[in-house]
Amino acid sequence: MALTLEDVKRVANLARIEISDDEAHTTLDQIAGIFSLIEQMQVVDTSTVVPMSHAQDVEQRLREDEVTETDQHELFQLQAPKTEAELYLVPKVIE
Amino acid sequence: MFNSSLNQLSTLLATRQVSSVELTRDFLGHIKILNKEYNAFITVNEEISLDQARIADAMIASGKGGPLTGIPIAHKDIFCAKGWLTTCGSKMLSNFVSPYDAHVIERFNKVGTVNIGKTNMDEFAMGSSNETSFYGPVKNPWDILSVPGGSSGGSACAVAARMAPAATGTDTGGSIRQPASLCGVSGIKPTYGLVSRYGMIAFASSLDQGGAIAKSAADLALMLNVMVDFDTRDSTSLQHENEDYTRDLERPLEGLRIGLPKEYFTEGITDDVSRAVDAAVAEYSKLGAKIVEVSLPNTKLSIPVYYVLAPAEASSNLSRFDGVRYGHRSEEYTNLDDMYQKSRTQGFGAEVKRRILIGTYVLSHGYYDAYYIKAQKLRRLIAQDFTEVFKQCEIIMGPTSPTVAFSLGEKSNDSLQMYLSDAYTAAASLAGLPGMSIPVGFGKRNRPVGLHIIGNYFSEAQILNVAHQYQQVTDWHTKMPDIKKPKY
Repeated sequence: MALTLEDVKRVANLARIEISDDEAHTTLDQIAGIFSLIEQMQVVDTSTVVPMSHAQDVEQRLREDEVTETDQHELFQLQAPKTEAELYLVPKVIE
Repeated sequence: MFNSSLNQLSTLLATRQVSSVELTRDFLGHIKILNKEYNAFITVNEEISLDQARIADAMIASGKGGPLTGIPIAHKDIFCAKGWLTTCGSKMLSNFVSPYDAHVIERFNKVGTVNIGKTNMDEFAMGSSNETSFYGPVKNPWDILSVPGGSSGGSACAVAARMAPAATGTDTGGSIRQPASLCGVSGIKPTYGLVSRYGMIAFASSLDQGGAIAKSAADLALMLNVMVDFDTRDSTSLQHENEDYTRDLERPLEGLRIGLPKEYFTEGITDDVSRAVDAAVAEYSKLGAKIVEVSLPNTKLSIPVYYVLAPAEASSNLSRFDGVRYGHRSEEYTNLDDMYQKSRTQGFGAEVKRRILIGTYVLSHGYYDAYYIKAQKLRRLIAQDFTEVFKQCEIIMGPTSPTVAFSLGEKSNDSLQMYLSDAYTAAASLAGLPGMSIPVGFGKRNRPVGLHIIGNYFSEAQILNVAHQYQQVTDWHTKMPDIKKPKY
């Protein structure tokens, strides 16, 4: 399962990261080694194993459907790159 | 004073031999002198620190002080602290002044400690050498040509160089234990779920865990007493009975069974590390422990499994950094997509981008089962290995790192080599088990060697006891690197 340049570019696009052809080549070289390491996983038979996402057997905690947070948008928007009328400004999306 | 334990500082403060303001000023002064060389701190804020010190002095004066009141603590720059620049070692957050406190920070504030500064770290906690930080590498105080380890390199360096008596860190695949090992100090990563991740900038959510770095196990116990706390705001926070982590420190080790996994002592580990770890194990025999050979057959798989799961989770967690609501936004862009691309490309460093790409790939359509699900299955096998072994012993030991600190730049161009240095610590993280590293000697070029101590779930008091008993009969943990010696 060798990674191709096309794979790197496709994935970069999915991750919204720009990558030039040169960078794609370098990245491919760098992560090829990591992927051959990852291939070692396929050797082990896991057909009867249940995936483990959490060490403890816990369930998502539930709570009452009540409002507990307060509106702190003024505080949070102090960090925003661009705001107007309490909204975050971004380039127009709808043509 | 710079070399004092948390208990000693607490006594000095309680008996008014020193005030928190004086202590804080002293440490700030020490940081000012040393940080230029070591680069352990990204942000220091004398005004806020001294304000906190004044509050602490008032607490102590009114009899409301606790064990850590008034003591300066350094915090890894991954913990959001209100009013503090919180960068996570990245350009992406180089303009982010946090509007809120992480739960961990709230806890330290509540008991009246002083935030002495935000420590340097590998960018977004991705790294094992503190060389990926946007703010430059941290130097190992034992040998400034070598790395302090990572990603909590700044915290480990700060404690080793006596710039702070203790520090918080986070550990995803070894990021507390490995730098503690390389810097000759003690570090602990508790059982997954004990320390709230609210306000702790996320790298890999099923692995990340906050913990501490200090000069001794006794100090770490005091740190955990503050840090461990159920938090409703973290959905993975465990409701667990409140514990005093100092309660078992003095317990004798007679009859304790220590397992040495044969897979931890084969290839890759250098002779100097072997020697120091063997000597430590011999010391444990003298303390009455019984050493048993055990096996963790899936050890080798820890690295590929970790380097599938962690990047996958990171790619998801870091998708929030898009230049919209906070963090870096590119100056120029043509449309929304371009804004996302440029902001992220400019904001993230090379290692972070690499891991996001790996993570995105293993989660993408057609590969999810072969990689991510496969890794989660192997994760269960790795955890089961430990469960089996804990039927034969109470504690597992081995080297924290296969080598002593490597030189700056030595592995930074070879990701694979860098990843292999996580071999021992990653397995415990995958299983969610608590782990510690304590200094047990020196290796090549007088660089420290660390012993890795792994316990069963919720056995922090026991692993601290095991570490403390060793530190009562040896003095590796008291050694200080050759830095500008402080006045006291």
